[in-house]
Amino acid sequence: MAAPLVLVVLAAVTVRAALFRSSLAAFIAERVEVASPLNAWKRVVEGLALLDLGVSPYSGAIFHETPLIIYLFHFLIEYAELVFMITDVLTAVALYLAIQDFNKVVFKKQKLLIELDKYAPDVAELIQTPMEMHYIPLKVALFYLLNPYTVMSCVAKSTCAINNSVIALFILATIKGSAFLSAVFLALATYQSLYPLTLFAPALLYLLQRQFIPIKLKSKSFWLYTMQYASLYLCSLVVIICLSFFLLNSWDFIPSVYGFILSVPDLTPNIGLFWYFFAEMFEHFSLFFVCVFQINVFFYTIPLAIKLKEHPVFFMFVQIAIISVFKSYPTVGDVALYMAFLPVWSHLYRFLRNIFILSCVLIFCSFLFPVLWHLWIYAGSANSNFYYAITLTFNIGQILLISDYFYAFLRREYYLTHGLHLTRQDGTEAMLVLK
Amino acid sequence: RGMAAAAVLLLLLLVAGPVPGRAGAGRERRDALREELLLSPLPTGDVAATFQFRTRWDADLQRGAVSHYRLFPKALGRLVAALGVRELHLALTQGFWRTRFWGQPPLQAPAGAELWVWFQPTVTDVDRAWKELSNILSGIFCASLNFIDSTNTVTPTASFKPLGLANGTDHHLLRYAVLPREVVCTENLTPWKKLLPCGSKAGLAVLLKAERLFHSSYHSQAVHIRPVCQDASCLAVSWELRQTLTVVFDIFSSGQGKKDWSLFKMFSRTLTDACPLASQSKVYVDISPKNKEKELLEVTPPPTSVHEAVVQGDKKTYAVYDLLSPSLFNTSRSLNVQLKWKRPQDSSEMPVPVLHAQRYVGGYGLQTGDICTLIYNTHPYRAFPVILLETVPWYLRLYVHTLTIITKGKENKPSYIHYQPAQDRRRPHLLEMLIQLPANSITKITIQFERALLKWTEYPPDPNHGFYVGSSVLSALVPSVIAMKDVDVEQSPLFTSLFPSSDGSSYFVRLYTEPLLVNLPTPDFSMPYNVICLTCTVVAVCYGSFYNLLTRTFHVEEPSRGGLAKRLANVIRKFRGVPPL
Repeated sequence: MAAPLVLVVLAAVTVRAALFRSSLAAFIAERVEVASPLNAWKRVVEGLALLDLGVSPYSGAIFHETPLIIYLFHFLIEYAELVFMITDVLTAVALYLAIQDFNKVVFKKQKLLIELDKYAPDVAELIQTPMEMHYIPLKVALFYLLNPYTVMSCVAKSTCAINNSVIALFILATIKGSAFLSAVFLALATYQSLYPLTLFAPALLYLLQRQFIPIKLKSKSFWLYTMQYASLYLCSLVVIICLSFFLLNSWDFIPSVYGFILSVPDLTPNIGLFWYFFAEMFEHFSLFFVCVFQINVFFYTIPLAIKLKEHPVFFMFVQIAIISVFKSYPTVGDVALYMAFLPVWSHLYRFLRNIFILSCVLIFCSFLFPVLWHLWIYAGSANSNFYYAITLTFNIGQILLISDYFYAFLRREYYLTHGLHLTRQDGTEAMLVLK
Repeated sequence: RGMAAAAVLLLLLLVAGPVPGRAGAGRERRDALREELLLSPLPTGDVAATFQFRTRWDADLQRGAVSHYRLFPKALGRLVAALGVRELHLALTQGFWRTRFWGQPPLQAPAGAELWVWFQPTVTDVDRAWKELSNILSGIFCASLNFIDSTNTVTPTASFKPLGLANGTDHHLLRYAVLPREVVCTENLTPWKKLLPCGSKAGLAVLLKAERLFHSSYHSQAVHIRPVCQDASCLAVSWELRQTLTVVFDIFSSGQGKKDWSLFKMFSRTLTDACPLASQSKVYVDISPKNKEKELLEVTPPPTSVHEAVVQGDKKTYAVYDLLSPSLFNTSRSLNVQLKWKRPQDSSEMPVPVLHAQRYVGGYGLQTGDICTLIYNTHPYRAFPVILLETVPWYLRLYVHTLTIITKGKENKPSYIHYQPAQDRRRPHLLEMLIQLPANSITKITIQFERALLKWTEYPPDPNHGFYVGSSVLSALVPSVIAMKDVDVEQSPLFTSLFPSSDGSSYFVRLYTEPLLVNLPTPDFSMPYNVICLTCTVVAVCYGSFYNLLTRTFHVEEPSRGGLAKRLANVIRKFRGVPPL
């Protein structure tokens, strides 16, 4: 398995290196779909230049990266291209190893449930076989590395790649079962972009499952483990934040990074829903809707945890997807991360209802984004509504894609337990509805 | 006896009477008004008229309650005392002084309104005093100075040193703001004229009629208040109020083909007398020969005297008309100074000023752009440094790592940079640099910016007109061609004594570049409700799908017994005797 992975990595690195040297690099770096005010490379360079001038990078409204990025790039700014290529490769390898382990866990669980006769007798075609699961990790790495979104994100040197690699390492640590590393990487991911806080729930559920601790609210061991994991997470977060304080000896980075993420003052267009909404918001309701939109990202966690407590990795996928759609400054790099997981659920293909339309919508919208941007900003013949419409369509496409996969997943679970060929009471073929 | 008593009483009164008068005279502060008008023909054939009215008052406005105002306007005096102002400079300008064609200006101001103030060290809350001051001045001058707030106020560190007496210059006491969009009109001129001791009824101010003054290519009126030394020993402080008005009349806007000027042609008025309250009232006409030849200009009537001075590094000759001299109004009751060109102007003779600058916006589209400033040093062999101050509003996000300064093809690193980045909706960018300009060179300064999308309520009523960026300020000590002698401030004409000169080899110049007009991307202003509905619909699609999937479970579909219509049809079929559906 290593050789194909190495080939894939080589191909990905070649594509990126070729694009770095071409004239497209400057064009891609300017694109608002790829670089947002939070992770644009231009702003990292600006922050470092301000530091050289003796001004705190957080005294202005340009730089919204965490001090960790300052630490990292203060020494590595000459090798920025190499750093981003290595980050992408690291993410892909982490996902590869994580999915490899996850497949083993899925297979073991499946075997256990078959032996316990939990499955209906006629679901043989729904059971996943090692043969079809063999190439999934490679496909995941491939999906991530050769996804045009990831390539563009890397060529633009958007720090989204670093965030993605931290999340991928967190997933690897969780699936391997190491609570300490999982907590550390989750703290790092939260520190970088705040929203991965919601991944605490799926990670906890997975680790509990792995430790064979039943998820009952009255169980003492459940609470004990939860407290352990939570304290590991909080302690690492506190340590990282204190280390950041010592970089510039001030707490300025907290309003500049987290205040910025939460209060959305910068309305630069991006592929998300926030910018135009707050550009057209009545001043009176601005605070209310900011709160509503931010809560919207976080509040799916508990219901999903209740519904998907037996399937924490799928929960993690849905959660990452919700973050990418509803975060305050999304970019295509965030979309690429959850898209990398789609091969893991390739066995759900037969239950997906709208996959063709949704993939067409996503592909067309991706092509229309730069066209309508050009018409608005450069040609002056369109206005902001055109770009906004494509944003809406793209987000609807993503939302329906996630809910389609969710539907397919739940449907397969129903069939596994109730049998594939369902009949009604009078013997005719039954229809399945969601009631 | 009654008569004797009355006589004694009268005597007592006579003795006691003058005493309060004398004590009163001792308490009375001396104030003096000087007014002058400088007419300088410009190389392009236009003529610039600079009025200066200077009221000097030997009172300390800061200490001690002064209640008797004579020449010094009470509105400004009380303002200075109440808010702890040390120096105040307010200028309202319409048009742009074209330094390249008109030469170095005596006093330039940027387009729009400019206000910069040094506060006394005793002022504890400078920002609050600044806000109050701008609001009060807005009322006094009928200008929208109340729009000065933290988003257009900066604290320069090097460019605006005090022009009057100062001990210690903590730049936290300085505030500078410019409103480039402000227009100047008659409503601003009238209160400005009201501050003059003679109003517009006598003296040089009779020429200030709005319908001629605003028919010009450049109109700038300013108020400068500063403390100065009372005499050479500088033991006491007196306060000086200078009101200056500069106007440039050009051939095209005044509608005449010939380039001969006269006071009547320019102002449609002539001078009849001096202001009775003025201690000095003079008209200076610049008749300096160009290129050391005979005069180009002929002035009638013959002047009362001729004055030679070194102004801005150049030897200049002035024809002086002293309105207080009795011989002036002997022949005619009014004075109409006429200037006639002796020979036609040759455009190749136009002298180029030593320092001039240009600024423009480069780039295309509504996403990014760059601000380019070109500074020209045309001195053949002397290099000198210049301080550049740029104030850029927060919605043009400057990237200081893209700042490049190129002189003669090579990079020119500034010896001092002070950069304060902007904070969204709170303060603008401030960039101050000390750049060395080599002799005979052009320096190009470029900095890139990104245009922000604002909230729909933050756009001005005409959003596609664009947003103004205030002029940048260039302050330099320009080396002069001829050494200047140290002259007594009191004896020299007013137009030479606004900027203190430290030594005779260079003179201080403050130039302003063009204001910029930059377009920002706009949202659709008719769409707030639609946008809110559509975005909330997308969020609701997600919420709805997830709600369904989370709260409902799969069930096998039960055959339905049919709706109401089907049941009704079945009842009718039973009556007809036909099998049911």
